[in-house]
Amino acid sequence: MIVAIVFLPLLAAIVAGLGNRMIGNVPAKVVTTGALFASCAMSWPIFIGFLTGNMHAHVEPVLAFIRSGDLNVDWALRVDTLTAVMLVVVTSVSSLVHLYSWGYMSEDDSQPRFFAYLSLFTFAMLMLVTSDSLVQMFFGWEGVGLASYLLIGFWYQKPSASAAAIKAFVVNRVGDFGFSLGIFGTFLVFGTVSIPEILAAAPGYANATIGFLGYRVDLMTLLCLLLFVGAMGKSAQLGLHTWLPDAMEGPTPVSALIHAATMVTAGVFMLCRLSPMFEVSQHALTVITYVGAATAFFAATVGTTQTDIKRVIAYSTCSQLGYMFMACGVGAYGAAMFHLFTHAFFKALLFLGAGSVIHAMHHEQDMRFYGGLRKHIPLTFWAMMAGTLAITGVGIVGVAGFAGFHSKDAIIEAAFASSSSAGGIAYAVAVFAALLTSFYSWRLIFLTFFGKPRWAGSEHIQHAVRDAHGHDDHAHDDHHAHDAHADDHGHGHGHAHPVEGDLGYHPHESPAPMLIPLVVLSIGAIFAGWFFAPWFLEAEHGGAFWAGSIAFNEHLMHAMHEVPWWVKWSATAVMITGLLVAIWAYLLDTTIPRRFTDQFSVLYDFLLHKWYFDELYHYIFVVPALWLGRFFWKKGDQGTIDRFGPNGVAALVVRAGTAARAAQSGYLYTYALVMLLGLAAAATWAMVG
Amino acid sequence: MGFPILTLMIAIPALAAVACLFAGASAARWIALIATLVDLALGVVLWTNYEIGGPQWQFVEHADLFGRFAWALGIDGIALLLIVLSVFLMPICIGASWEAITKRVPEYMAAFLLMETLMIGVFAAQDLYLFYIMFEAGLIPMYLIIGIWGGADRIYASYKFFLYTLLGSVLMLIAMLWMVNFAGTTSIPVLMQTDFPADAQTWLFLAFFASFAVKMPMWPVHTWLPDAHVQAPTAGSVILAGVLLKMGGYGFLRFSLPMFPIASAELFWLVMGLSMVAVVVTSLIALVQEDMKKLIAYSSVAHMAFVTIGLFSFNRQGLEGAMLVMLGHGLVSGALFLCVGIIYDRLHTREIARYGGLATNMPKYALFFLLFTMASVGLPGTSNFVGEFLALVGAYEANSWVAFVATTGIILGAAYMLVLYRGVVYGPLTKEDVAAMPDLSKRELALLLPIAAGVMWMGVYPESFIAPMRADIGAVLARIAPTAPESDAKVVVGPVPHAAAHAEAHH
Repeated sequence: MIVAIVFLPLLAAIVAGLGNRMIGNVPAKVVTTGALFASCAMSWPIFIGFLTGNMHAHVEPVLAFIRSGDLNVDWALRVDTLTAVMLVVVTSVSSLVHLYSWGYMSEDDSQPRFFAYLSLFTFAMLMLVTSDSLVQMFFGWEGVGLASYLLIGFWYQKPSASAAAIKAFVVNRVGDFGFSLGIFGTFLVFGTVSIPEILAAAPGYANATIGFLGYRVDLMTLLCLLLFVGAMGKSAQLGLHTWLPDAMEGPTPVSALIHAATMVTAGVFMLCRLSPMFEVSQHALTVITYVGAATAFFAATVGTTQTDIKRVIAYSTCSQLGYMFMACGVGAYGAAMFHLFTHAFFKALLFLGAGSVIHAMHHEQDMRFYGGLRKHIPLTFWAMMAGTLAITGVGIVGVAGFAGFHSKDAIIEAAFASSSSAGGIAYAVAVFAALLTSFYSWRLIFLTFFGKPRWAGSEHIQHAVRDAHGHDDHAHDDHHAHDAHADDHGHGHGHAHPVEGDLGYHPHESPAPMLIPLVVLSIGAIFAGWFFAPWFLEAEHGGAFWAGSIAFNEHLMHAMHEVPWWVKWSATAVMITGLLVAIWAYLLDTTIPRRFTDQFSVLYDFLLHKWYFDELYHYIFVVPALWLGRFFWKKGDQGTIDRFGPNGVAALVVRAGTAARAAQSGYLYTYALVMLLGLAAAATWAMVG
Repeated sequence: MGFPILTLMIAIPALAAVACLFAGASAARWIALIATLVDLALGVVLWTNYEIGGPQWQFVEHADLFGRFAWALGIDGIALLLIVLSVFLMPICIGASWEAITKRVPEYMAAFLLMETLMIGVFAAQDLYLFYIMFEAGLIPMYLIIGIWGGADRIYASYKFFLYTLLGSVLMLIAMLWMVNFAGTTSIPVLMQTDFPADAQTWLFLAFFASFAVKMPMWPVHTWLPDAHVQAPTAGSVILAGVLLKMGGYGFLRFSLPMFPIASAELFWLVMGLSMVAVVVTSLIALVQEDMKKLIAYSSVAHMAFVTIGLFSFNRQGLEGAMLVMLGHGLVSGALFLCVGIIYDRLHTREIARYGGLATNMPKYALFFLLFTMASVGLPGTSNFVGEFLALVGAYEANSWVAFVATTGIILGAAYMLVLYRGVVYGPLTKEDVAAMPDLSKRELALLLPIAAGVMWMGVYPESFIAPMRADIGAVLARIAPTAPESDAKVVVGPVPHAAAHAEAHH
């Protein structure tokens, strides 16, 4: 069964990808979507089996992979609780995104390619979550990276899209650099890349040291941190996060599936999968906590200033991933996985909702040109509301709430309960980030759905209106060009200023294939937290549920319930504060944002430019790399090696270029002569000697 | 002595080469294609009849000629794989030249067939002098191919090629003469078991190194390669990158390591240092290239550095990884040069900036190019991953610095290959002549498909390729393991590091 779950999407991707224009749009979509729904239908029983305790961990061998001395790697599919959670997340979101794309991509002329990429991604992600060895995990890791590259660059005609695709791949490769070294080191120490064997042996190396680059360092800290660098890349943690916002160049369903729900959580999954190993190194866990906290804070601050609806959600994702890493860092792997699980549903929902808004607004993504959409696209509005209620963590302490209320608040409480200094800082940062989360999430809702229509100034809408009056058939042909939105440069783009008015353009609600996933995910965003919390989090059920697939810390989960009342209420309090500020600034007195940015323009610019990371990296990595390349080429290869090497010799032997030309044919004979003379000498020696 | 299949594989292209010289253009093409396909079939026979776990040297042939010269052939698993690679790429080269070469076709085909003879000869030779003849003579057809059928600047390129290789070959010959005199035999299998005196090993090693490092090519004796590739016709580049570069790695594995294990260990940092520089420097240079062939040529230097790093790791993962990098790179770089040739045939320029947007009008081409690009950056599931992964695992076992520096290659490699792919395949299709380019023809499809299949096969089930060489790598390991340099990444299980060091000092 697990073999079918994993390989059906691959088969579908091959059929749709190679069939492409030969088999046409509809068969390609039917095959891929059908395969995904089949995989999904087979995944839920496995998950339910683990919930009820009827399933047990097992490994399904597929094929031998690499056999080199002690290094034994097999293609094998591991099924345990952790895998089961990921299986339902991946296949559910993926099948809904496939369905959604029937509507969203209906006017694209490369649909088979799109669906093939989506299914290929799903296959790679499933290989990742079912891996039993670090090497297969790396296979899935790189496979999802490839799919992400292809999907970000799906509209390859746009220079911005292909640039974003390269950036995503290369930045992830920086992470893979660490991951690779981590795997090499792990094999060096443990003599195996099998995950269960590594986890079993890890505690025995608690005090071991290893030589690394001339230093003697703590073994487990080194290995964990190297592996963590890989997780940082894939999960867009601070420092290696720069690719994620740019990845929004991809079609919105891709953002929902890959850059919100599944691939970017691979780093969290890796930490949880290897949690018994990470538990051995307290230093590594502390670093992870700080990195997670820094990311949660950084991304939340940037999220408050972005105007592109997708970028706000992208930074939100980055921030929420920071929460998950914080949870891992304080040892609350169950809480991390739970947030991963609920986040997958409500963040996919937010992205797909944003896609529905963008669809209705003729590919306008700038929220300043939205407004009052509540009445035009009510179902999308309510779905986005469900997502926002979930992410901001609305709920009543001790009773129930939306998904994020259960999972995010658990992380905040666990950070406090861990009673380490890192945990204390994590708690403070998490609460502050929750305030910002609430603010930017509601800001998005208010700018988009409330107030008066402001799209009269939008070029996309102007195009749409003009086309509607003129040549109708031209309606969507050039939306790729439109998609080359300049909003990544903040306010400096060619748009006219937002002006109130609707130009007589009336946005329409999206078609059913897009709305059904919204409804299904809304249900998840509303109930998933409340329903699944006992298994994922509670000390009583958690141990039995996780069954050793993660390092489930029952003690910490107990302590989480014992935290003071003000800790429990803190998340709710900041959630309400954020909401109130957003109401005040974006509903009651809409001049506040302008006045604020004028007053604090330095801070505003700093946040708007995402802390200037892109600019910084450009000057410290990209520019020097190109300069060095040119230097080594012109000054090294040509200026030194060639000049004093072959060219120098040539100048000595023959002064004039014409002579060299004339002698050219002679080289061959000279060469053959030298060879023959040598052989003659050899023969003589051989016969005499 | 059984059926002389190796002699037959060497003789068929040689005879066909002679036949070509007396044929017209069209007949020469067919003679070359049939001869290379027959050799491919014989290669398959060779592979299927090779007994894994059998004697180390199989298909052995021996005929004394005169003095100590002998027609001695025989292969182990290492040679088998490289011969299979050679005979696999040859028909593809002939196919790639089918329409692109129009002048002096019979001579061209004869040169290629002669090269096939000599390549098989290099890998099958068991006699030191026979190896030398094959190894050095193999360059003659390559000179001709570059010098006659090459691009505008072919004279300079072939001259450079000549100058570099000449130096190496003279030194290697002198070393060989000394060795034969010392050991009293020209038999390579015997020499592989000979313990040369430690002080002589260093000089012998350096003499061989001069030849193999150029052939590889290692930094800083690599500058002939970009020029040779740029000037060579497509098929010439394919065979140059696919097989000729592998002769350097083969030389290290067959001669330097097993014959001079002490010197190999002593000069560990020489080889590793040059390889580390090569990975970083040539990758950075590849990043700024505007000529497609130059970019791939520089990437070849970087990839070949993984081979030397693997070989000099002194452990199984490193050695097997190095072999797999050689095989994988043989396929992938050959395929990449084919991909360049395919669009060069249409637009007659290698400048990246002249292309763009090919995904629109050449989707099949875009797919193949993507596969080979991803294989080149070492994506798991393709041939190059397994090799690079093992080579780097081996490197880490040998020294953490080497692994650390070499692994940066996976970042830089991704950067330059994706920049190339973006320039050619992505972007808007605005240039009229580019938009007019048709997608892959059936002939071109037939060239790329087998390589694509090979790349995937080697990536998913590399055991087919590791199994034949396992015992032979073991034989090399047995020679070099005693002298392996100490790793800096030793694990110490104990309370506090300096206390452990303290305790060691007392014992």
